[in-house]
Formats: sequence, structure tokens, C-alpha cells
Amino acid sequence: MFKAKIFVNYKPSVLDPKAEVIQNTLARLGDDNVQHVLVGKYFELLLSGDEAAVRAQIDRICDTMLANINTESYRFTLEPVSDAAVAE
Amino acid sequence: MKAAVLSFPGSNCDADMTWAIGDVAGQAVKLVSAQATSLAGFDCVVVPGGFSYGDYLRSGAIAKFAPIMPALKDFAAAGGYVLGVCNGFQILTEAGLLPGTLQWNTSLQFICQPTPLIVANARTAFSSAYSEGQQITLPIAHGEGNYYADDATLAQLEEKGQVVFRYAENPNGSRNDIAGLTNARGNVLGMMPHPERAVETLLGGTDGLGVFESLINAMKGAPADVATRTFA
Repeated sequence: MFKAKIFVNYKPSVLDPKAEVIQNTLARLGDDNVQHVLVGKYFELLLSGDEAAVRAQIDRICDTMLANINTESYRFTLEPVSDAAVAE
Repeated sequence: MKAAVLSFPGSNCDADMTWAIGDVAGQAVKLVSAQATSLAGFDCVVVPGGFSYGDYLRSGAIAKFAPIMPALKDFAAAGGYVLGVCNGFQILTEAGLLPGTLQWNTSLQFICQPTPLIVANARTAFSSAYSEGQQITLPIAHGEGNYYADDATLAQLEEKGQVVFRYAENPNGSRNDIAGLTNARGNVLGMMPHPERAVETLLGGTDGLGVFESLINAMKGAPADVATRTFA
């Protein structure tokens, strides 16, 4: 069993008005040393199977559903999880 | 014309669209559930506005996997006319039937107001009832209508005349003021403004009728330049 931690973000070339609002508001509150804000989405998936197959599967899931590849990029980490830990 | 209006969980312009095509334009129209798997017998499919699947993940991101979608893709691939309005436009881009993406309005506000548009191409199956350069007014009602495509895609859209409607006063940050566009073949149109909400003077205007009149004419095999333009 694997736990996938998936991060989806806008590509740097795409304007993100939400991140701009957050950065501008932080600056107004005095945190004017914040140079950049990146807003994204975070997903955790538990998957069974061998690692190579699971990696390919996550790529497919991200490309078709979790990310819009026109505007977003993704990255993920995979960590082994024991079945006992999942049952808890 | 025998039109199907798709209804997803969360669609909320499906009844308006059915009324506009059926009661106002006088065409055969049927509401088709997104759970259905066939579009046999229809010559036009409309993907209406709303918040399909609650806009979970991204607008249109779940709808593109609805049971009806393989049939819609086959219908479009066979040259059938597909009109997507608002959330329907978002679904068509997510499904890959139209290029680009609709992002949050730059103001981050949901904008609901009559909006002046310029008809950028009146030689499509969806716009032949208008004249090129004509200014019309249609309501918009969206939070995510900010059209984005990369530079190469935009250049291609412009070169092939795929931009059909542009905002006269860009309300949402859309690149090249794009409010509506077709695929390269010209048989699929997506637009953020709502033509079905502008089909009676009681509603504040009738500028939306042209979209439906254009489609009806296209079905009749109308002007030759329309036919060659859309089925090249």
C-alpha cells in the first residue's frame, strides 16, 4: 500500500488572482517581505499495487482529472504504508 | 432542428435553454440526463449553464467524466453541432472539445450583468444570423469566465477565425477579449454569455435569438459559405 501526496499548482506563466490578493493583503498587514505566494491544491490517495504501476497510475489520474494540464502542473511523493496503519 | 439539452446534477440553466429552443424558437427539444449514454436522433446538443457536480475540483472537471460524455464526443467527432453556454463552455474545454481553460475572473467576483459583445465572425453555424462587427448585448453570470490559452493556441484561434464573440468591455480578464469560440472544424461553440436569457423583450432583450436562428439555418443547409466554413 502507498500513500500518495499530490500537489497541484498553477504553472508560473498563469496569472493567479487569488495568490495576488493574499500577497497584497499580507503586505497591507505588514508582512511586506513576502515575495511570492503560490496557491495550490493538495490531495492524499491511498493505493494498493506495486510502485511502478502506482506511479504511472497517479500520472494518469493527474493528467486526466486532478490537474488541468493547460494551466496547472503537479508533483507527488509516494510513501509505503503498512496495511495495519491503513486499518487504523 | 431536434435538440438535446443535457442536464447534469447541478445544471441550472437547462430548463431556460429548453424553453428558449422549444417555446420561443419553436424547435423540437428534449432534456437529456447526463446519466444517459446515447444521443441518437438529435441533430444538435446543448450543454447548458450551472454548477455541474457543484464545480468540485474545477468547473467542468467532474462533468467531463459523466456517462453521457463519450456519446457527446462521438457526436462532435461526427460533425454534429454542439453549443456550450457558461458552465457548458467550461465542460467542453475540460473535455478537450474546445481549446483553452476558463479561470477565475481577475476581479475574483461573480459577475452577473448585461454585457456588450462584438460579433467577431458571422460566418459560423452559430452566428450567421448576425453581421460581422455587430454589437449585441447578452447577460453574463459567472465567476470563472476568464478565458486562458497559451500564445500558440491563441494565434491559431485568431488565424482560423475561431473567435466568434468578443467582449466590447472585457469584464473578466479573458485573453484577446474572447467571450465565445469554436473548434477548428466549426461545429462546436462555447460561450460564456447566455443567449437563452435574451430571447424575449420581457427579459430585457432579444439579442440571443441570433444564436438559435443561426443553428436553425445551419440545419436547413443554409448559405453555402456557412456549410463550407463549418464542415471544411
